[in-house]
Amino acid sequence: MTHLLEARSLDAFYGDFQALFDVDFHLDQGESAALIGANGAGKTTFLKVLTGLLPVPGQALSLEGVDLSNLGTHQIAALGISMSPEGRRLFPSLSVRENLQIGASVKRSGPWTLDRVQELFPILAEKAGTPSTLLSGGQQQMVAIGRALMANPKLLLLDEVSLGLAPVIVRDIYETLPRIREQGTSVILVEQDIGQAVAVSDRLYCLQEGRISLEGKSSELGRDAISAAYFGRAKEAS
Amino acid sequence: MEWVNAIVQGILLGGLYALFAAGLSLMFGIMRFVNLAHGDFIVAAAFGTLLFVDATGVNPLWALLPIVPIMMVAGYVGQRLVLNRLSGKDILPSILVTFGLSIILQNLMLEQFSADSQRVSAGTLDTSAISLGAGLTVGTVPFLLFVSAIVVIAVLNWIFAKTAIGRQLRATSDDPETVGLMGLDKRHLFGIAMALASAVVAVAGVLLAIKTNFDPAAGPIRLLFAFEAVIIGGLGSLWGTLLGGVILGVAQGLGAQIDPGMQILAGHIVFLVILVLRPQGLFPKKRGS
Repeated sequence: MTHLLEARSLDAFYGDFQALFDVDFHLDQGESAALIGANGAGKTTFLKVLTGLLPVPGQALSLEGVDLSNLGTHQIAALGISMSPEGRRLFPSLSVRENLQIGASVKRSGPWTLDRVQELFPILAEKAGTPSTLLSGGQQQMVAIGRALMANPKLLLLDEVSLGLAPVIVRDIYETLPRIREQGTSVILVEQDIGQAVAVSDRLYCLQEGRISLEGKSSELGRDAISAAYFGRAKEAS
Repeated sequence: MEWVNAIVQGILLGGLYALFAAGLSLMFGIMRFVNLAHGDFIVAAAFGTLLFVDATGVNPLWALLPIVPIMMVAGYVGQRLVLNRLSGKDILPSILVTFGLSIILQNLMLEQFSADSQRVSAGTLDTSAISLGAGLTVGTVPFLLFVSAIVVIAVLNWIFAKTAIGRQLRATSDDPETVGLMGLDKRHLFGIAMALASAVVAVAGVLLAIKTNFDPAAGPIRLLFAFEAVIIGGLGSLWGTLLGGVILGVAQGLGAQIDPGMQILAGHIVFLVILVLRPQGLFPKKRGS
């Protein structure tokens, strides 16, 4: 069976600097994977590669068997990968409603509409006319996720959802994840909080200095194995 | 009374400057792109009007019908084929290329139309006037220009505020990289923005041809006034651009009232004073995060 998303021995570069080395990654329909690792390990870089923001021409990267490596960002979005980017990247000149509406520009049909997104995050209906810059961090994160959902993606990428947010807000946001996944959407999430990452994912990938240092079922990986992969202790010991 | 008259004429002249400036403001606001050939595009549209009137003999206002769509298509194609290759973090390549484009355009027009100063006659419209009472009379053509500026800016504002494409253009202006994540092709949106700006250029060119004399080398001075109006108004609002144009026009009108030689200088002085006191312009672009 072909995987929904598959990357084989992927390398990525910022100019001469190599940020990803030989990354093998796959995800199936409906599955959720967490991507963890220290700062600078390459998590965000990997998401940038998936969305085409960092091009990897000619490499083995495919969505449902369709080669992504030579496509532009907007073409990849049209195929059904959408992202809530690190730092949210809302459009400051647009209201909350307009930020959500622009997410639907890709014109993919599916369960998510403005009404459904506002049902998922009721506060966004209340703040529909507000400029996105006047929202709290948690509300901005909801807009970013809602905007990504408006594209009705097959694969949703969530980059550092909990960054800078109070734990109670983070919990509220993660509580919506099952409702997103029950639509059949696959999810890749980048998360600093390892406990959170393990709790909400089926499988876990750990990146260390641009390489996959651990991969496995989230429920089966022990704390020790994860922290060894995260901090690279196993490598030092050998 | 003469002073009031100078102010009123200055306000009307400001409408023309606002038309020059609106296209420039659009291009810079959305694409972060400085078009040094802007004035030459306007003069080219004015020569287009001349050709149209010579060929058909009808009132030059009819020239809007062919020239606006032609300029829009040319703007879109030019953006896709040439200018999109220059868009990036660095503003210098766009300045160099449009500077070259400006020289090419001026010389093509010189080759085609000679250096003679040209004028398009709008028949009785040229000399007709509207009385505003109290001894104030304004020419129909300047009045028409001012109204056109208001209509053009109102239409542009409506497009930006109410339509999906306007929303997409505002988002592109905020963050062109993230717009790609929404499945939108930045190159296409830049083309659309250029087409809109070119429509304004076309309107400005046709009205310029009716309002005043022009020759192939008339572009750069138009560009200068347009830049000044944009900078006075700030990049946050097209109404600010209109106000910038009006301030420039009134300054020139009052300058001319003091001494005819002061007209252009007075405009520049007011511009410089505003640049020093309020470098972000009267309506700066609001940025939050």
